[in-house]
Amino acid sequence: MTSAAVDKDAGRKSVSSAFARPVWKHGLYAAAAWLLAAIVTAAFPDVVPWGSRDVFVGLLLGGGAVLAGLAFSVEKLGGLGRGLIHYGPWLIALGLWFALWELITAKLGWMPKPFFSPPHGLLHVYIVDWQRILICIAYTARLWTIGFFSGIIIGFTGGVALGWSKTFAYWGMPVLRLIGPVPASAWIPATFFLFPTTFQASLFLVALASGIPVAILTASGVNSVNRAFYDVARTLGANNRYLVLRVAIPAALPHVFIGLFMGLYYSFAVLVVAEMLGAKYGLGWYLQFQTAYSAYANVYAMLIIMALLCSGLVKLLFVIRDRLLGWQKGVVQW
Amino acid sequence: MVATTLRAASANAAGLAIDFQTVSHQYDLDGQPLPVLRQIDLNVGPGEFIALLGPSGCGKSTLLRLAAGLERPTTGDVLEDGTSIASPDPSRVLVFQDPTLFPWRTVRDNVAIGPEARGVLAGSQKRIDDALRLVKLEAFASAFPHQLSGGMAQRAALARALVNDPHLLLLDEPLGRLDSLTRLTMQEEILSLWRHAGYTVILVTHDVEEALLLSQRVIILSERPARIKSEVVVDLPYPRRRDDPRIVAQRQTILEFLGFSA
Ligand SMILES: Nc1ncnc2c1ncn2[C@@H]1O[C@H](COP(=O)(O)OP(=O)(O)O)[C@@H](O)[C@H]1O
Ligand SMILES: [Mg+2]
Repeated sequence: MTSAAVDKDAGRKSVSSAFARPVWKHGLYAAAAWLLAAIVTAAFPDVVPWGSRDVFVGLLLGGGAVLAGLAFSVEKLGGLGRGLIHYGPWLIALGLWFALWELITAKLGWMPKPFFSPPHGLLHVYIVDWQRILICIAYTARLWTIGFFSGIIIGFTGGVALGWSKTFAYWGMPVLRLIGPVPASAWIPATFFLFPTTFQASLFLVALASGIPVAILTASGVNSVNRAFYDVARTLGANNRYLVLRVAIPAALPHVFIGLFMGLYYSFAVLVVAEMLGAKYGLGWYLQFQTAYSAYANVYAMLIIMALLCSGLVKLLFVIRDRLLGWQKGVVQW
Repeated sequence: MVATTLRAASANAAGLAIDFQTVSHQYDLDGQPLPVLRQIDLNVGPGEFIALLGPSGCGKSTLLRLAAGLERPTTGDVLEDGTSIASPDPSRVLVFQDPTLFPWRTVRDNVAIGPEARGVLAGSQKRIDDALRLVKLEAFASAFPHQLSGGMAQRAALARALVNDPHLLLLDEPLGRLDSLTRLTMQEEILSLWRHAGYTVILVTHDVEEALLLSQRVIILSERPARIKSEVVVDLPYPRRRDDPRIVAQRQTILEFLGFSA
């Protein structure tokens, strides 16, 4: 962050003295790198044709032109512009990486078809197979959304009950401690047998994977609430409902979020495995299906989509946590 | 003065009479009984201001917890206006030794806990602002507790208690963390609030002078298990001056009771 800011300032100063106008140097280099990638892709023939080469060249040229234009106007874009400036070196590296990637796959054939794919091979997958990919995303989204949210709602409610009520804790905690550490994927054979449909079995697995860490951490969070908070609230006239909703839960929220992050990661893991085993559509199914046909370009294309989806959800959870737990800044280091 | 505006809403707040009837109390410490209070007999009249002095760990906070209704005495009984205290009630508010502000709430939302818990938040906005002004925290209303100094946190805790219009105010070394100037101001404020609002105050303090400047009666407790060792009536008009020879003399008496013969 700091070093990038320093680079940027240094770059701006030297250039502005030459042109008497601020120019984003990294933007120019990036434009050149993207142009280089376009030339490499267009000028040499593919060892084995991949398709969609011209579209990729067009995108690279278009991207390069935009970057070149931005080099002179990025200062006017405010926050977006600052983000671009920060990632300037990445944009250069991306262009260089495309050029190198084209060379060693499509152009020289060092990394051969079908096991490897040049970038325009992946683009070709999106262009040709986008409908099926969208259907798969929709299927997975349905499974994940229902499974994850029912899991965390049940896990959170159960966790509050376990942390609050001695009776619940007496009966529930031993069970949770016994079942909790078992990886959700270990349930796969049993659930596919126990549930009438694979969808229901997969739902159960995703809910289990996300619910258990949330339940355990919520319970321990509610348990470790400073007793003095309850005393304060009680002397001020709070009833039990207030103690749970306005004292125990907010105080336990930092723990709950740790559980949510764990549940999120576990849910991705079990989701893909469950889809590989019995689903008709979905991201996991797609990976499995395309591997069987040695369509590795499709597999890579899907992996990129999964990376974006999963990291997007993680990022979203971070944003929500920062919103809700802003008060923790200064209390805890993170 | 702000104290007057806060009082205006509580014009008929009267003090409670508190009666400790041969109260003994013990805690359970790793399975061993730990006797903390022994045969405490203490009558606090309605509107009276008393101070408790005693060595640290003798059971002063415990006495306040019993009056607040957070604990039930092991034997004996604590009565408010003649009826046994069974549970906490916002008419008897305890300001704890630690400020124990809720870290996830702003200062203002902390002060609002009482009205919110009793379901009268909407009608209490002005009182909350008055309470914040009284403890001079109006500029920090939207700050979080971790952004406050120890003294500011203690003042916020005081505002959180006063906003409830208590009939009995239990103060557990509430000024212990304040710097000496703020301390003087807060002593004056507590005094003027008490004289206007007329609630009963039990103040635990480790400062003999503070006890003498504020209270009408100083109760001196023994080492744990605490019993009442002695009692000093401070029959002097307010405002009192710390260099008043009668205060100086009584300070000497109390220090001797506490085992310091200077
Ligand atoms: N909940 C508790 N369980 C066990 N022991 C306690 C508890 N609360 C206080 N004590 C003990 O009781 C004694 C008196 O405590 P306290 O009333 O806080 O004293 P003081 O306020 O006079 O310093 C201390 O020795 C303390 O360790
Ligand atoms: Mg104490």
